[in-house]
Amino acid sequence: MEALLALVDHYNFVITIFLMVAGLYVVVARSNMVKKLIGLSIFQTSVYLLYLEPGKIIGGTAPIVDPKFTLYSNPLPHVLILTAIVVGVGTLALGLALVVRIHEAYGTTDDDDIADRNRDE
Amino acid sequence: MNFDLILRIGTKLILPFILLFAIYVQFHGEYGPGGGFQAGVIVAAVIILIAITFGLNAAKRVAPRGLVERMVPLGVLIYAGTGIAGLLLGGNYLDYGVLLPEPVSGHLLGIFAVEIGVAVTVSSTMVALFYAFVERGS
Amino acid sequence: MESLINMVLLTLLAATTIAIVGQRSLLGVVILASVYSFLMASVMIVLDAVDVAMTEASVGAAISTVLLLGALHLTKTREEAPRHGRLLPLLLCAAVGAMLVWGTLVLPPFGTPDAVIHQHVVPRYINETVRETGSPNIVTAVLADYRGFDTLGETTVIFIAGIGVMLLLGGLRRRDRAQDSAAEDQR
Repeated sequence: MEALLALVDHYNFVITIFLMVAGLYVVVARSNMVKKLIGLSIFQTSVYLLYLEPGKIIGGTAPIVDPKFTLYSNPLPHVLILTAIVVGVGTLALGLALVVRIHEAYGTTDDDDIADRNRDE
Repeated sequence: MNFDLILRIGTKLILPFILLFAIYVQFHGEYGPGGGFQAGVIVAAVIILIAITFGLNAAKRVAPRGLVERMVPLGVLIYAGTGIAGLLLGGNYLDYGVLLPEPVSGHLLGIFAVEIGVAVTVSSTMVALFYAFVERGS
Repeated sequence: MESLINMVLLTLLAATTIAIVGQRSLLGVVILASVYSFLMASVMIVLDAVDVAMTEASVGAAISTVLLLGALHLTKTREEAPRHGRLLPLLLCAAVGAMLVWGTLVLPPFGTPDAVIHQHVVPRYINETVRETGSPNIVTAVLADYRGFDTLGETTVIFIAGIGVMLLLGGLRRRDRAQDSAAEDQR
C-alpha cells in the first residue's frame, strides 16, 4: 500500500521514465532510421519533462514578475530546456539529412538491409 | 499549378497576423512569454506556409536563398558582437551593464540586441533547412 | 487540481507514445509525433513553463513535422517488419526503466515548494532580476543575460546544424560548381 502511494506521488516521474524507455526501445529494436530518429526525439522530450516537473510549485505561477504574485515556479529549468528544444530540432534536421543521403546511396533507410549489403560486399 | 482557392485566400488573410504576432513575441519578450527563439520560428513558419500554399518560387521571392544563407551567420555575429561591444566599453564579455551609462538600460539594450541575433539565426536556419529538403526533392 | 490535469495529460502522452511505437506507416508516425508535441506543450503550460511551451508548440509540432515530412518525401514511407526478436530489447528496456523508477522514488513529490531545486540560485534570480536587468520575464533575463554564454553556444550549434544540412543536401550548389569547372576545362 505504501509503495502504491509513493508511486502515485511520483506518477509524473513514472510517466517520464516510461517515455524515456519507449524512446530507448524504438532506438534499439526498430531498424528504420526515420523511426529511430523519432524515438530519439521522444527520449529527448522525456528529458525535458525530467527537468520541468521538479521545477513546478503547486499554486505557483509562471516566472514573470508581477506585484500581484509572490510564488513563482522555478525559472532555471525553463531556460535550460528552451535552448535544448531548439538544439533538438537542429540535430533532428541533421539526422534526417544523413538519412536522405543514405537512402540515395543505398536505396533503403533500413539499418539491417545496409548491414546485410556491407556484409555481402 | 492550380492550388485550392480557399487555401490561397485564407493564407493571404492570416499571413499578416502571423507576422504581427511574431513581431509582438520578439519585442514583448522581456515583459511576457516569448523571445528570439519563438519569434524566429514563427517567422520561419510564415515562409514555410507561403512555400506550401503558393509554391517554392513564391517563397523564394519573399526570402531569397542568398539572403537566408547570409542571415544564418549574421545572427551569430550580432550576438558575439554585442559581447565584444561590452569588452570595448571596458566590461567583461557579454556584460551588458556598460553598454549605456545607466546599467539597467544597458542590460535591457543588451538583452534586446542578443534576442535580435537569436531570432535572425533561428528564423534563417529553419527556412534554410526547409529549402534544403525541398530542393533535394524537386 | 494542477496535479490532476498534469496526470491526465501525462497519461495521454503515454498513450500517444504507445501508438507511435506500434504504428508501421511512417506518415502516421509523423502525425502522431506532432500530436505528441502538442500534448507536451500542454503539459508545459500546466508546469508554468510558458516560454518553453511556446517553443515546443512552434518547433516540435510545426517545424519538426515539416522537416520529417520533407525527409519522408525523399525516402520510403513504410517501415519494414523487424527481423530480430523483440524479447531482448524489451527486457533491456524494462530493466532500465525499473532501475530508473527505483532511483526516482527518493525525489520529492510533485509540486513541493521546499524541494532542494528551489533553494539555490533561484531565489536570487526571482528577487533581483527586475532590479538588475529591468526585465520582468525572468526566463528571458536568465537566458540572454545571466546565462548569455549558454545561449551564445546554443545559437552557434543551430548555425553549425544549418551549415551541416546545407552541405549534406545542397545538391544545386555542387551542380553549379561542376558546370563551372566544366566551363573552365573547355577554356
